[in-house]
Order: sequence, then structure tokens, then C-alpha cells
Amino acid sequence: MTTTSMTPPRPAAVGARKRRVLASVLGETPRERRNFLWGLLFTSPAIIGLAWFTAYPVFMSIYYSFTSATMVNPPDFIGLDNYAVLMSDSTWWRSLANTVYYIVVSVPLGIAVALFLAILLNLKVRGQSIYRVIFYLPAIVPVVASAVVWLYVFNPQYGVLNTVLGWFGITGPGWLASPDWAMPALIIFSTWGAGNLMIILLAGLQDVPQDLQDQAMVDGAGRFRRFWHVTIPFLSPHLLFALVTGLIAGFQFFTPVFVLTNGTGGPAGSTLVSGLYLYQNAFQFFKVGYASAIAWVLFIIVALATALVFRLVGRRVYYGGA
Amino acid sequence: MAVAHRTAHALPARRRPEGVWQKLVERIVSHTVLITFSVIFMIPFFWMVSGSLKTGQDLNAFPVVWFPKTLTLENYIAGLQVFPFVRYLFNTLVICVFSMIGAVLSSSFVAYGLARIEWRWRTLLFVVILSTMMVPFYVTMVPLFTMFRAMGWTNTYLPLIVPHFFGVPFFIFLLRQFFLSIPRELSESARVDGANELVIYWRIILPLAKPALAAVALFQFLTSWNDLLGPLIYLSDADHYTLSLGLTFFRAEYSSQFGPLMAASTVVVLPVIVVFFFAQRTFIQGITLTGMKG
Repeated sequence: MTTTSMTPPRPAAVGARKRRVLASVLGETPRERRNFLWGLLFTSPAIIGLAWFTAYPVFMSIYYSFTSATMVNPPDFIGLDNYAVLMSDSTWWRSLANTVYYIVVSVPLGIAVALFLAILLNLKVRGQSIYRVIFYLPAIVPVVASAVVWLYVFNPQYGVLNTVLGWFGITGPGWLASPDWAMPALIIFSTWGAGNLMIILLAGLQDVPQDLQDQAMVDGAGRFRRFWHVTIPFLSPHLLFALVTGLIAGFQFFTPVFVLTNGTGGPAGSTLVSGLYLYQNAFQFFKVGYASAIAWVLFIIVALATALVFRLVGRRVYYGGA
Repeated sequence: MAVAHRTAHALPARRRPEGVWQKLVERIVSHTVLITFSVIFMIPFFWMVSGSLKTGQDLNAFPVVWFPKTLTLENYIAGLQVFPFVRYLFNTLVICVFSMIGAVLSSSFVAYGLARIEWRWRTLLFVVILSTMMVPFYVTMVPLFTMFRAMGWTNTYLPLIVPHFFGVPFFIFLLRQFFLSIPRELSESARVDGANELVIYWRIILPLAKPALAAVALFQFLTSWNDLLGPLIYLSDADHYTLSLGLTFFRAEYSSQFGPLMAASTVVVLPVIVVFFFAQRTFIQGITLTGMKG
């Protein structure tokens, strides 16, 4: 505050300040100003979409989570009640445990299978493109259709899986009918669809510089050491990507459970994952407020888990190859 | 490095005979493993097709029948009476095609504004758009439903189509990266010739970005085609069901009648496989593009 602020500003000064503010937003020169307007025009769909389909729902979701809103009742503010109830909701904890079980097994298994197949394909065998199509096909088939097919595959009596196990003298379990084996069945189904990841890892493998491989070979590095010290470092950004996207997708696991268990998460709640429990609360029990609280707790868990992964393995990732 | 180069001349001569055998064994082993895995990956598809062609007797035979002795189409006839494939296919195509058009047009439009025009706030806006990718659908799902219900859009295709006309963040990101790789001089010379930004976008940038646009179109189409949760939430009238939603309810009602179920699955799966064989290159390129390279 200087002495000039005591006297009323002259009209010219107001104009100048306005122009300065305008210039800082729009740009100094006519060309900058024109570009600003063009830029705004081109990005306007995203700005509107952002407000309409993201910002507003996110805001409402936070708000709902503090209310007793249902699909029919208007929201009533109840503070942290939803969160308090959630903390002592044994079904919620069960669903979280199921989700963690699913992720801890299916993500590493999916990466391992995808990596294994990608390495085999990268050996430049004859018919590579045919094999690639075969392994990739399950990933592009509509999930609902393939889930229905696996319903038949998993059938304890008439299914192909237990028939093949029978050849090896193994009496197959009841799979989707058994509380102990329903989750492994879902994990097998997910692993079968790991073709997407295989394609990504194959692309990564093809980027590993051949001369570095050759040099390591010349230096006497065996197959395993070459893989561990040359291939894996170059592939590590892809593997981190696979891990993080697998983690995020794992917490959203929904469609296969919904189709294979008829939306129940059975038998005996053994496949009730958090995504399904959230859906049930929102669209079967119509508890809008409670479902919103679940969504936010889930979101925070995913954020923490992702941060943990970056902390644990992020530093070991080698970006020199990209 | 120098040491490595010196030994490079000495070693291969000694290694060669061993290398030939190693190559052969390696080839046999890798083909055996690949064929084994191929069979494992393909069995469900085989089981689906053979199941769809089995008679009721073969379906419930024990031990299982691998190759049905008498092929029958009765499952298709029975299945398609309850599962109106053509109707659902039409509904699905309406959603897929409009979502695809919306996603390609709007995402490329926004990406142009972020990549090809230099203006203040564009970096900030780009970061904001990217950050919305981290908001999962389950967070916005419930308010979106109540909002669309208040607008009277539930039980229509609008909630499944309209949002795609406002830019899909992931596609915006992809196309922005692609647009940035197009030389700046192209736009500059067009500007000198008096073309405005809309003309440059439509006449110069879009034609150059065809491969990226094809990948975006394909991915949006597949996403819409595969989506279950969206239609499940918004569509309640059986006439409006998509293939995925229709099949889900069909499965719920006929959970043990594998013949009609496999017939319905086959007619849903087959078109996808056919399209895949024709558009394979775009698929694979798209995956690598969207997966990592971006």
C-alpha cells in the first residue's frame, strides 16, 4: 500500500490495470490473444465434459458419502456415519480381503504368464504371428461371452477342465460351486485373458538392444544372467506399468464375477469383491450414500497401494532403454 | 568395452558346433511349449463351438463328448428365440458407432487445441485432463446415474454415448502426443496461405493422423462393445439391451442349459474374431501405442 492508493485511481490507470490483467490471461500481442481464443474453442468440449462428467459427479459423490441418501430419499447430512458403519461392516472387510486375494495372485500370475509367452514369441520362431493371434484372441473377445463359455469349462461334471484333470488322475474341485475354488477359478479366467499384456511386453522385448545381448553373450554371460541383467532392466518400465495397471484394474474387478456368479459374489461370499459390493449397495440396496463412502475408501486404498508400489519398486526401474 | 571387442573375435569359432545343436533343441522346445499353450488357450473356444452343436444327450454325457457325433442346430434355434441376437446386435452397434464417432471427433479436436495452438494455460489444462484419468468409474458412477435419471436419460442410449462427445482423456493424451510429432512448418505455411485453425485441423492434421485415429476408433468401439457395467446401470428395458447385457441375463435364466448358452456365446464371439482377423495390424499397433509408447 503506497500513498497513491489514498487518492482515487484515475480512469486511465483502471484501464491500464484491466488491460494488464487481460493481457496476462489472454496474452500480450493480438496474435497471442487470437491463439488463446482458438485454444479455448478447441478445448471447450473437454472443459465442458470435465465439469459435467467428472467434476460435478466427484463433488456429488463426496457430498453423498456424508449423507443418508438412497435412490428414493433425498440426501440428509449424517456426518461420518457411513464411514463409521463401513469400518464395522464385516461384509465390506470380507470383500476387501477377497479383492486383495484376487490381486495378490492374479496380477503376478498374469505378468508371469504374459512375460513367459512374450519371451517365447520373441525367439523369432516360425509361425510367430499365428501364435500371437492365438494368445491374444481371448483378450479381445467380449468378457461376458467368454465368461459364459468358462461357465461350461468350469462345470464340475460336464466341463472340459475337470475332464482334462481326470486324465492325470486328479479329481477336479467344484470350481465355481466351491467356496474354496471359486476365486482360483476367477483367477484362471483372468490369466487366460492376459494377451494384452503379452503384446505390450513383446513390444518391450523387441526394444532390448541386440548388441547389448550379444556383448553379454561374448562376455560369457549365460542365458539366465543375460535375461536378469540385460532383458529385465530394459523391460522394467513395462513391468512397472503392468504392475500398476494390474493393481488399479484389480480393484475394479467386476464383470467376470458378475457374470460367473450371477451377481451374487457367491458361493458363500467367497468371490464378493469390493467392486461388486459397491455395485450391490448402489443398485440393489439403493444405498447411494453408503455406496459413495465405499467408493471413496476404495479410491484411497488404491491410491495408497499405488504409491506403495512406486516406493518399493519405482526406484529400481531403469529408464535408459526407453 | 575394449575387452569385450577383443574377445568377440576369439569366441564364436569355438562356439559354433555347440550353437547349431543348441538352436535346434531350442526350436523344438519352444515350439512344443508354444503349441501346448496354444491348445490350452484355444480349448475354451473349441468347447464353446462344439457345445453349441451338441445334442442334449451329448451335452450331458459322461465322460464328456469332445466331438459330437451328430451335429445339430437346435441350440441355435432355441437360443436365438430367447436371445434376440439381431435386435441386441443393432442396439450394440448404435452405441458403439456413435461413441466411436464422438470419441474420435472430440478427442482429436481437443488434442489439436493442446498440441497445435500455442496459448497460455494449455499445459495446465492438459495436466488437469490427464489427472481426471485417475478418477475411477466407481467414484462417479452413482452421481452420474442420479444425474442422468434426473435428466430423464436412463433407459436410453444417451448416457452411454453423449459423454464421448466431450473428449476421452486417454485418447486426448494419445492424439496430443501424435499431433506434436507432426512438423510445425506444415501448420505455419497453411497459416501464411490464410487457412484458419479449423481448416488446418480438418484438412491437414486429421488426414496425417489416420493411423492414430484408427487406433482410437477401434479402442472406443471395443470398449463400448465389451462394456457391461454401463448398460447394466442405465438400461432396464429388455428391448434396449446390448449383446453383453442380454447375454448376462440369458445366462442368469438358463444357467444350466449349456447348448443354447454356447450357441448365443458363439454368435457374440464370432463377429469379433472375424473383425480381428481383418484389422489385426491396427489392433496390435494400437495395443503397443496405447500400452506404453504413447
